[in-house]
Amino acid sequence: MSAPPTRPGWVSDRLSAEFPRLGLTLCDVDLERRLGRSPKGVRERLALLADRFRGADAMVLRQRPVPHAYRVFFRHVGIDPDVTRVPVEAAALQRLLQGGFPSQGLLQDALTIALMETGVPLWALDAAAVEGRLGLRLSGESERLGEGERAPLLAPGRIVVADERGPIAELFGEPAPNRLVGKGTTRVQLFAVVVEGVEAISVEEALWTCAETLQS
Amino acid sequence: MASVIEHPSTLRSSPQAGADEAAFGLSLAPPPAVALAPPLAPRETAARRTLRGQIAKLERELAEAAARSTPDDRIVWSTATPDLAGPRLLGLGELERLRDDLAERLHEVRVVHRERAVREALKRDQLTALLRDPARYRFVRITRRDVGEPGCGAWESRPRLGLIGMLAGWWHVKISSGCPLAA
Repeated sequence: MSAPPTRPGWVSDRLSAEFPRLGLTLCDVDLERRLGRSPKGVRERLALLADRFRGADAMVLRQRPVPHAYRVFFRHVGIDPDVTRVPVEAAALQRLLQGGFPSQGLLQDALTIALMETGVPLWALDAAAVEGRLGLRLSGESERLGEGERAPLLAPGRIVVADERGPIAELFGEPAPNRLVGKGTTRVQLFAVVVEGVEAISVEEALWTCAETLQS
Repeated sequence: MASVIEHPSTLRSSPQAGADEAAFGLSLAPPPAVALAPPLAPRETAARRTLRGQIAKLERELAEAAARSTPDDRIVWSTATPDLAGPRLLGLGELERLRDDLAERLHEVRVVHRERAVREALKRDQLTALLRDPARYRFVRITRRDVGEPGCGAWESRPRLGLIGMLAGWWHVKISSGCPLAA
């Protein structure tokens, strides 16, 4: 199976001026069957990852290049990584608390495998719910995360992942429910946030690992 | 306070775009709706970049310090800067405050480590003396944790044969090893 092509998202000039290495990398994955329970091979891979990860690994995790790069970027955008943990540290903590990575369905498992293998966090959207290319920009006045009156109002000036329709998620936050992968999803759009210190090869490896797992 | 308009024409592709764009024959999606950005003085860009570099360096040093810390150090790692506003562009003042908070935190962590190192050195000296002359340090107990070693073992000066040893002055060091089994 050949690796699925990745493509860059756009970044507003305001953000590029402040963070020249900030970017989004996107990858579309066609689902050959409905997402559901993970096959045995995926569950075994999760178990293997959990076995490989120990307390000593957690202690030095933040010194590794990729988690460190995300920690630094969290600081740069006003998030305290010791309060809101970077995704790989959050997953590592869950591993230590739960004693493993319990299977949570194929999509979540694929994201977890990619995260723990590379340290690069990925998010998945229903490709059909995305209009145009994804990118990063600052939120404007009266913009909402999602659609409808009940969708939470975004404070202006937040860094958001957005498409033509509007903001999809705050940076490193959970996407709006109406853009998430659902039962009827046939094509998943994966995206990774690239920050200074994270090599493109790590990001592509994360996307390919996730895509390969989804198509397993 | 003037707002800066983030106009659609100012949107561009990620830094890794370039060749990828051409390779896949892709064009950038039409830009999204116009958004308002918070005001940041453009002339301060270089200063903000310098501060970000300092923050990255402090974060690296804190990460190294975290790996050397133990739960007994009881270090509070989070900074005083509130983490409520979400991901945003920080102004010069906020970056300076964050840099100062991190520097202060790093200083506190180093003080804690230095004090622990002094305590452990004293305990190691005491352990050497205890092993040389157990009778002089009756019932003194030094744990592996006291001397900065991992595990649950301990050295303790105990009398041989209980009461008889106490009366006769027969003292020796007992070494316990291993952590107690979970209940």
